[in-house]
Amino acid sequence: MSELAARPAGAVVGRRMPHESAVQHATGVATYTDDLAARRAGVLTAWPVQSEHAHARVRLDVAPALEVPGVVHVLTADDVPGVNDAGTKHDEPLFPDEARYHGHALAWVLGESAEAARRGAAAVRIEYEPLPSIVTIAEAIEAGSFQGFAPTVQRGDAASALATAPHVFEGESVVGGQEHFYLETHASLAHVDSEGQVFLDSSSQHPSETQEIVAHVLGVPSHRVTVQVLRLGGGFGGKEMQPHGLAAIAALGAVRTGRPVRLRLTRTQDLTMTGKRHPYHATWRAGFDDDGRLLALEATLTADGGWCLDLSEPVLGRALCHVDNAYWIPDVAVHGRIAKTNKTSQTAFRGFGGPQGMFVIEDILGRVAPQLGLDAATIRERNLYRPGQTTPYGQEVRHAERLHEIWQRLRTESAFDDRRAEIARFNAGSPDVKRGLAMTPVKFGISFTFTAYNQAGALVHVYKDGSVLVNHGGTELGQGLHTKMLQVAATALGVPFTAVRLAPTRTDKVPNTSATAASSGADLNGGAVKHACDQIRDRLAEVAAAHLGGDPGDIRFADGVVASSATERAMAFAELVETAYHERVQLFAAGFYRTEGLGWDPATMQGTPFKYFAYGAAAAEVEVDGFTGATRLRRVDIVHDVGDSLSPLVDLGQVEGAFMQGAGWLMLEELRWDETDGPGRGRLLTQSASTYKLPSFSELPDELNVHFLERAREDGAVYGSKAVGEPPFMLAFSVREAIRDAVAAFGPTGRSVELASPATPEATFWAIEAARAAGAPSTPADEPTSETTDAAASVTAGT
Amino acid sequence: MQHIVVTVNGVELADGEVAAHTTTLDWLRARGLTGAKEGCAEGECGACSVLVAAPDDDGGTAWTAVNACLLPVAALDGQEVVTAEGLGTPHAPHPVQAALAADGASQCGYCTPGFACSMAAEFYRPGRGDHAHHAPNGFDLHALSGNLCRCTGYRPIRDAASALGQPDADDPLAARRASPPPAPRPTRVDHDGERFVRPADLAETLGLLRDEPDATVVAGSTDWGVEVNLRGRRTPLTVAIEHLPELREVHVDESAIEVGAALSLAEVQRRLNGRVPLLDALFPQFASPLIRNRATLGGNLGTASPIGDAAPALLALEARLRLASVDGEREVDLAEYFTGYRQTVRRPDELIRSVRIPLPLANLAAFHKVAKRRYDDISSVAVGFAIDVGDDGTVVAARIGLGGVAATPIRARATEAALTGRPWELDTVRDAASVMGGEGTPMSDHRASAEYRALMLNRALLKLYRSTAREEVPA
Repeated sequence: MSELAARPAGAVVGRRMPHESAVQHATGVATYTDDLAARRAGVLTAWPVQSEHAHARVRLDVAPALEVPGVVHVLTADDVPGVNDAGTKHDEPLFPDEARYHGHALAWVLGESAEAARRGAAAVRIEYEPLPSIVTIAEAIEAGSFQGFAPTVQRGDAASALATAPHVFEGESVVGGQEHFYLETHASLAHVDSEGQVFLDSSSQHPSETQEIVAHVLGVPSHRVTVQVLRLGGGFGGKEMQPHGLAAIAALGAVRTGRPVRLRLTRTQDLTMTGKRHPYHATWRAGFDDDGRLLALEATLTADGGWCLDLSEPVLGRALCHVDNAYWIPDVAVHGRIAKTNKTSQTAFRGFGGPQGMFVIEDILGRVAPQLGLDAATIRERNLYRPGQTTPYGQEVRHAERLHEIWQRLRTESAFDDRRAEIARFNAGSPDVKRGLAMTPVKFGISFTFTAYNQAGALVHVYKDGSVLVNHGGTELGQGLHTKMLQVAATALGVPFTAVRLAPTRTDKVPNTSATAASSGADLNGGAVKHACDQIRDRLAEVAAAHLGGDPGDIRFADGVVASSATERAMAFAELVETAYHERVQLFAAGFYRTEGLGWDPATMQGTPFKYFAYGAAAAEVEVDGFTGATRLRRVDIVHDVGDSLSPLVDLGQVEGAFMQGAGWLMLEELRWDETDGPGRGRLLTQSASTYKLPSFSELPDELNVHFLERAREDGAVYGSKAVGEPPFMLAFSVREAIRDAVAAFGPTGRSVELASPATPEATFWAIEAARAAGAPSTPADEPTSETTDAAASVTAGT
Repeated sequence: MQHIVVTVNGVELADGEVAAHTTTLDWLRARGLTGAKEGCAEGECGACSVLVAAPDDDGGTAWTAVNACLLPVAALDGQEVVTAEGLGTPHAPHPVQAALAADGASQCGYCTPGFACSMAAEFYRPGRGDHAHHAPNGFDLHALSGNLCRCTGYRPIRDAASALGQPDADDPLAARRASPPPAPRPTRVDHDGERFVRPADLAETLGLLRDEPDATVVAGSTDWGVEVNLRGRRTPLTVAIEHLPELREVHVDESAIEVGAALSLAEVQRRLNGRVPLLDALFPQFASPLIRNRATLGGNLGTASPIGDAAPALLALEARLRLASVDGEREVDLAEYFTGYRQTVRRPDELIRSVRIPLPLANLAAFHKVAKRRYDDISSVAVGFAIDVGDDGTVVAARIGLGGVAATPIRARATEAALTGRPWELDTVRDAASVMGGEGTPMSDHRASAEYRALMLNRALLKLYRSTAREEVPA
């Protein structure tokens, strides 16, 4: 076992701890960025002037805004002392002279109140010179409008394999975008402090990058800008790249006026201005043998990148690396490209392209299974990776046996085969309402594919009284990172959980941090916190050995007590610390961690981009109303691999929450844009909570059972744990496949069901209509279970 | 100008600078009470929920959860509010807060104070525990259906709610329920050319409406709040009427049930207590409890939205509206009330006083709502059914109200005719369903396509029939 993965006796990691701020959350005292503004005097509010064209050259006359009472200033390009750009690719002008999408912020009004700033923004006169616009992926493909790279993941010779495959299917798969809809919209609060430093509170998942971009815009070195992140009201990737420009506006306003400036987007501003999950379009050809084994796949994935490049390239890279999901495909050629459209930027969102890539293969398997005469669960199981196999990009699928262990355990826990038979009986007697049940697996690679990001820092102080203060580079988005880091520090130092406090994330404490993203927060920052704590503990062990007897190697730290196994003498941690101080031993340390063993060539799309894979599988049962297409989730069972959990309650929350967010993406959440040639072309039509619907209590399954894979230590991560933020999102494919299964029951057996995504009630209704039009269900009502029994038998034989 | 005084968490806060459009949420936050959050500013997410002391049906106080983002703070003049901070503190959390904190019910925590308030309202609901179909502790999970959480997936919140006990004997908010809420008092706020007026009585209200035809009348202000927050609507005069006793009565005689237009939907549901099954079918599907605690029938009919859910039900019930003005009162058939998109026969000087539902009621009633999401969504199509099937199985009378398929809510007259006088059986229903599929002039929008809407009308009748005739299973 690696030193990183080994857990000492009495470890605080592995215990079921509530979120470290839970009681502050519930009592309303947990403080978020915009809450600070209410407590500061003289704060100005920034309000955007947004484009009402999808694409147009613009000229602004801000003079009328300045006439509005309470308006202090209107920020324009003229105010920028540094670089007029808010991105990392230099394609995101902070103040554009060309509106690139409907809702694009063109200028910002600073007012004494939100009311004054809003009125000021409405008073700005804008002259538009409209330009041709591209709103859909189809239009972009037609026009050849692309941006960024166009990579290919390739292994073997897919074209030849397809030429000889016994069964070849081809089709298109289209999946929609998704709005993050963090409950806290983007917020920044900037002021210039007594030393001339710009101090920013920001709801950023990537404070170091926010700092860099603010510094570029202001034309100052990074050391003159400090970004603090208290906590975020949800991020999900939406606050990785998007906060930078907004923070820069607040900072610019503070520098320009000498007063604190707050910027908090309204929900509609957030929806119409900030990036979302990429919609994807795919064309594919897939070859199978007679037993349903995948032989080859050729596909072209086109991402809708929106108006600028943002994170579209790495998102596409990850999509291509997850087209295989958990399945061995011998010959593969998957091409990717990024459409440039006049829409909001599309950006990171939980799964980061993984969901879109997996969507393709799960859609293929769900569609072709009936045509191959096989149960979809059988086909999925037969294609699962086996030990020794490698991904199309050349990485060994380590622990592939876990996929099979998870699959079998899920089958048992969910009573899958019995319930298949039960559902067949129900459906045979129920013409209007049908049930469906499906199982899908997940294999998700963990690490940033941008290798440099796989590093982290921490700063740990032990005070003379034995209390511990931890700083690290990760941000708390609700995912429980801080809870885990407290557990890591308490474990490494052998002190009680309550002896450790976490300070808000600040760029002046830990520099050059990576985004809290890619599920990597606990792996990377946990490694760094542990490293810092280990240094302090090693120094303390020497002091303890001198006082308690024995060698430093005999000293044990647990639960605030330090003992020598050589002499069985012990002392309190606080007493040891006090002693160490008097002996002039350093009681603080900087920790650093980098993930070893990664190697990735983005040019050839080959290598080892991931430290390890997270695995899981879910079985979902739905009931679909044939009158309306409305779907209800009846029961969901999940078996998921979180390694040896650092914090089981936190991990359970991540699994359940990610699953539900994935279910929302696939069955409910729908971004609709004005695609007409009318005056509103390019406008987001679902721009508020009343039109963009996320899961509510009504989408919670009646029964939801989550099991962790047991004895699942991951040797390459802190205390044997695994990342958990993103992988369970993709467990939700089980819901979509269960809907497909229920829809199929409205029509004849053996018919392929095509289902639009998201499978809203209307989309599901049309799929039911198509199934019904193809003929009556073929299961005879008088022997409802025979067919399913056969299917179950063949499944058993297939294992 | 006049001060307003609001008791927040037991402390009287006075303010002489309130604007008519200032929401309770913004007002609380500006005072440092930042537990309530803005998540959507339109009453969809519940992150801003607070508790208001409202009248119960027995002269005491019901702790009522409302969306602070939709409620003008001027409407709370003289009233009592409790926020998440007032429920408990980190050192002494309220039982609902302790339950939310204990077992994973908060992740990012942004929605949690709102959940705490919605949960507390249900915690204090008298009679909780009497319902077998709720959680074992009597907690009605529908109480939380107006609160959105993006992190947890809701399971731990459900479990936290289901594990709550009853309030302790010395619980101050429980004790507060025994005495009445503060009486409403006349309010007059005038700031920057915008006025908010709560008149003393009906006579003053009607006089004001006669003198100032531009006045905006608000009761629950659940629609007003959306207009103010999302569309920046500012009006010279806002008149609050939800306190007027004449608009808060429920009266039942042999010929009709009369419901005051300014009762909240939650109050109407409690006061009717199952007497109108069609309305009982409607209420749980109408927005969320946070909205139903403020929204009124008068408001839903007053805004005359073609997608308001009350109208289709009330059309099926053949409801009539009593309109009051200084010149007296008149009664209007709801079917003749709507004249165009958000247009009605109501004059600017008239107030909807009550809704009269004639008796007896039809023996078959249902409310079908087609929407993307089961809880807390706006209808793509809404259908109210009131069908009288005689002892011999013949349809004696059929009244069907439709929402979402025309510029106004409408009656499905042709379908009603196709049903009337025919036996309530599949052939009749199929014929009538094909007629119903052609009712109205549905449009395509971001909620649904025109084709889907038309087919939903067609299927609604079949679905209703199937729910009444389970034994038949056609191929």
